Amino acid sequence: MTILNLEEQFMNRIAADEKIEPKDWMPDKYRKTLIRQIAQHAHSEIVGMLPEANYISRAPSLRRKAALLAKIQDEAGHGLYLYCAAETLGAERDTLMDELHTGKAKYSSIFNYPTLTWADMGAIGWLVDGAAILNQVPLCKCSFGPYARAMVRVCKEESFHQRQGFEILLTLCNGTAEQKQMAQDSLNRWWWPSMMMFGPNDADSPNSEYSMKTKIKRFSNDELRQRFMDATKPQADILGLTIPDPDLKWNEVTGHWDYGEINWEEFNNVVQGNGPCNKLRVKARKEAWDNGKWVREAATAYAAKREQRKSETKQVA
Amino acid sequence: MDNRKRWPLWEVFIRGKHGLSHKHVGSLHAADADMAIENARDVYTRRQEGISIWVVESKDIAASDPKLNDAMFEPAADKVYRHPTFYDLPDELKHI
Amino acid sequence: MNSKTEYILHLADNGLILAQRLGEWCGHGPVLEQDIALTNIALDVLGQARYFYQYAAEVDGQGKSEDDYAYLRGEREFKNFLLLEQPNGDWAHTIMRQFFYDNFMQLVYTKLLLSTDKQIAAIASKAIKEVNYHLKFSSEWVIRMGDGTEESHERVQNAANTLWEFTGELFVPTDYDNEMASQGIAPDVTSLKNEWENRVNEIFAEATLQVPQAIWFQSGGKTGVHSENLGLLLTDLQYLQRTYPGASW
Repeated sequence: MTILNLEEQFMNRIAADEKIEPKDWMPDKYRKTLIRQIAQHAHSEIVGMLPEANYISRAPSLRRKAALLAKIQDEAGHGLYLYCAAETLGAERDTLMDELHTGKAKYSSIFNYPTLTWADMGAIGWLVDGAAILNQVPLCKCSFGPYARAMVRVCKEESFHQRQGFEILLTLCNGTAEQKQMAQDSLNRWWWPSMMMFGPNDADSPNSEYSMKTKIKRFSNDELRQRFMDATKPQADILGLTIPDPDLKWNEVTGHWDYGEINWEEFNNVVQGNGPCNKLRVKARKEAWDNGKWVREAATAYAAKREQRKSETKQVA
Repeated sequence: MDNRKRWPLWEVFIRGKHGLSHKHVGSLHAADADMAIENARDVYTRRQEGISIWVVESKDIAASDPKLNDAMFEPAADKVYRHPTFYDLPDELKHI
Repeated sequence: MNSKTEYILHLADNGLILAQRLGEWCGHGPVLEQDIALTNIALDVLGQARYFYQYAAEVDGQGKSEDDYAYLRGEREFKNFLLLEQPNGDWAHTIMRQFFYDNFMQLVYTKLLLSTDKQIAAIASKAIKEVNYHLKFSSEWVIRMGDGTEESHERVQNAANTLWEFTGELFVPTDYDNEMASQGIAPDVTSLKNEWENRVNEIFAEATLQVPQAIWFQSGGKTGVHSENLGLLLTDLQYLQRTYPGASW
């Protein structure tokens, strides 16, 4: 069969909403796009552990400490599911890790902002996880089977994360004036980076078209951003917090909230490595991996020894 | 790092409840089978998802070739007589 | 404070301080699978601590909450083992600390199942299942590292040598220990020493490790005389509660 026929067949399967599985024929571009996206997603999960891990030791109650630990642990799990999904396409985890550590691979730029107060644990749960959920729910129907299945599991687990964050902020907003100020300050710092999480405007998003065509992606960046905007505004009202956007206005005609201009220069700089914490985050991940090398090697060596002893015993018997 | 130093990939199967069969839930890395079971417990049963775990090294799984799907699975499509609805029986007939 | 409250707080503090240390690994583990595994242990021991703090509050009768004990006591009031406040160090130190503690707590909880105090027995019956798993996990890692590579062997032997001086305290009874033992609420800790040592010998033999010889054992944690590590650990842990007195979170 010619490549052209295969490609046509592949697109027919996509059109029929069939899932593509790892051993199925797929165009090279589809494979590469998926590996890049799944790896970025996986990296985002494990780099995303770091800003929150910054507050585990300082969580202000035992209940909060347990919830935060469990939440960050979930993120490790999500990273793991995603690395495994990428592995079905032939991308080894170690290779992907190297790409993260050398700066070749990207991850969600929001994790390059620092967590400065306890309220940031609330804002991350509410806004960052809220935005992530909007991105991730459509991915449960993504055309690539292992990615879609990983996302089903992720979404199921993620459902407590946003509630956890909102509850933190709600408690602060119902607390002392100082606590409420802490919550507002946190929203001020995390709002725009959250809006940027959906990526560049559709017109400036180079990879989007192919992803939409092959149903890796089902909604455009701007569509998802608008959904986030519309969902979040009433939630901010419940908290009694003000979204830091002077241009925010209800649009009677469209039935949506209109929002102000996003600072794409800042976004591009953070993506390119100039955010406040890019170096710190990659360094922390690289150190964890490098310091773990002897541990991983020890386990491998021990497993080999044990295997050998087993076969020696068998021979004797 | 050469391949012998990497932890191999394992496929994880979990029995969710008594009476159900084990179902594939995902994969993970581990140095040996014992560690794979423990990792599976820590990764895949944190929310009481299971009561029994199987692990098998991914490289030990033999799989059918999707290129042969037509030959493998299409021939079953027209064997309608294998299904109970193929048989015309009077409506008054009960419990059959 | 009565002996029983002190004893329960001792158990609670052990869980909290260990959880605080293990939480430092979250996001920094040697491989994702083990990062997740260690956080599971952290959550288990934190959970145990919370049960004990809540029960301590009841026995203490001062109308305090679990957080009052965790966040508003000073370093001289904490009754955890010195072993648990020791820094994480490398994976070998963290696992060795865990192994010494799991080995001990497995024996303690087994005895506490028969405690004359029904609530302590109930907490023990939940905790014993967790500790059985922790002990399996930490023992296996001690063996893996001991009998793994040259480097891992050296590191884990080093960890054993460094932490050994903090293990003596596990078996030194305090006044509250003695009081609890006499009431059948808790075991006589001196009676656990032989079995604890036997298991160390057994696992170390399999791991090809030398059991360290101590000239002197440190002690004092159980009565609130700690190493310098604890004050810093608490500074971190208690930061928000101390900075904003009376606020709820």
